[in-house]
Amino acid sequence: MEELSFEESMKQLEEIVTNLERGNLSLEDAISTFEKGIKLSKVANEKLEKAEKKINILCEGENGELKEEIFTTNEE
Amino acid sequence: MEQKVYSVTQLNKFIKMVFEKNTVLFNLSIRGEITNFKAHYTGHLYFTLKDETSSIKCVMFKSFASNLKFNISDGMKVVVTGQVAVYEANGTYQIYCKEIAPEGLGELYLKYEQLKKKLESEGIFDESHKKKIPFMPGRVGVITSRTGAVVRDIINVSTRRFDKVNLLIYPAATQGVDVPRTVINGIETFNRLKNVDVIIIARGGGSFEDLFGFNDENLARSIYNSEIPIISAVGHETDFTICDFASDLRAPTPSAAAELVYPQMSEIVSKLNMLKHRNNQAILNYIALKKQNLERLKASKLERLPLNMITNGRMAIDLKLKKAEALVKSKVQKEKISTVNLISKLDALSPLKTLTRGYIVAEDKSGKIISKKEDAKVGDEVTLIVTDGKIKADVKEVI
Repeated sequence: MEELSFEESMKQLEEIVTNLERGNLSLEDAISTFEKGIKLSKVANEKLEKAEKKINILCEGENGELKEEIFTTNEE
Repeated sequence: MEQKVYSVTQLNKFIKMVFEKNTVLFNLSIRGEITNFKAHYTGHLYFTLKDETSSIKCVMFKSFASNLKFNISDGMKVVVTGQVAVYEANGTYQIYCKEIAPEGLGELYLKYEQLKKKLESEGIFDESHKKKIPFMPGRVGVITSRTGAVVRDIINVSTRRFDKVNLLIYPAATQGVDVPRTVINGIETFNRLKNVDVIIIARGGGSFEDLFGFNDENLARSIYNSEIPIISAVGHETDFTICDFASDLRAPTPSAAAELVYPQMSEIVSKLNMLKHRNNQAILNYIALKKQNLERLKASKLERLPLNMITNGRMAIDLKLKKAEALVKSKVQKEKISTVNLISKLDALSPLKTLTRGYIVAEDKSGKIISKKEDAKVGDEVTLIVTDGKIKADVKEVI
């Protein structure tokens, strides 16, 4: 589940909650659905918290190899 | 012989008819300079076309005006194509324009139109081929000039919406003959490294000629073949390039492209919180509903069915419901106590684990559940209910 993208985990969470809200699951299924909902919201939360601000530029080195450098504008 | 007298209406109708029958006036192109330009709120455009010695009124109806690829303004030298016809109401004749092209750019326009038609017929612009743009992508590739306002606009707008943006800029020419080559390099590099989830091709506003580098056949094919979705943000809202048509999504401006890939952080957080809340509420409602059903069952005539059938079933349901309710309630309670550690705490108290951990319910001879020490006396015979059966026991001590 941890490999899900943020978009996918939010989508699955929404589906799960909607399904649970219908109220026609067995008790066991309802509990496990609820559990899955908690796991998914945890995954989504982690994706948000782990994100880091990064603004880089792709440059070509002397030998034609590509490398990333921190982007700065001349105006700064 | 007395001369026939016509009404004004008859005369204008007649002149209109003469104009309409003329095959030259029906479709022709006229060169001139635009003056008195007025864009009416209905969407129709009115202006006068003039040269050094003469002028003629022109109108372009909304249906044609919406196809214009540039903004009309006074002083612009243009070639208009359309029909010359009479407006009966005031006896004036004017050009009903179908197309307007800037003078001198005729050749470039022709090239653009021909290329557009060719690629269109090949399916390069087909909606069915367009890829979905990811929402909150992990990393965004930006192909644009490393200097100038565009790259700064994209950085500013995206970080304002979402403070943890992850952008990788690929510097490319945005004007002149190097545009196709450098932009294609960018697309191919990102596709080879597979290090971004979406690509934005961006360039600020400019004239039709300035943007012409983005009207390139190879560039269109490179965009079409890209495995990474591409947003084109070339020029202003009114500028359309081949690059826009071939891309998976066209953004009216570079800033708008940044808004299309990065959601507002606060909206995302509140949406996630709302889903968490709904999840909790749904399970509580579910338990409440099951309880209600049980009460209804108890009250019904089913109560009088063979006793052990009823009590066994009821106890099983009771047990499950009580366990589930207690666990879920404790989960929700925990969340209220600490919103910060919400999820980890809830997880540690998994009801599944607890459900299988084993509860014992004790009841007295009459089948009443013993919940307080007052319910049992020394010497009483009690029944202990476990998950797979019952255990008879004597009370030795009440502490």
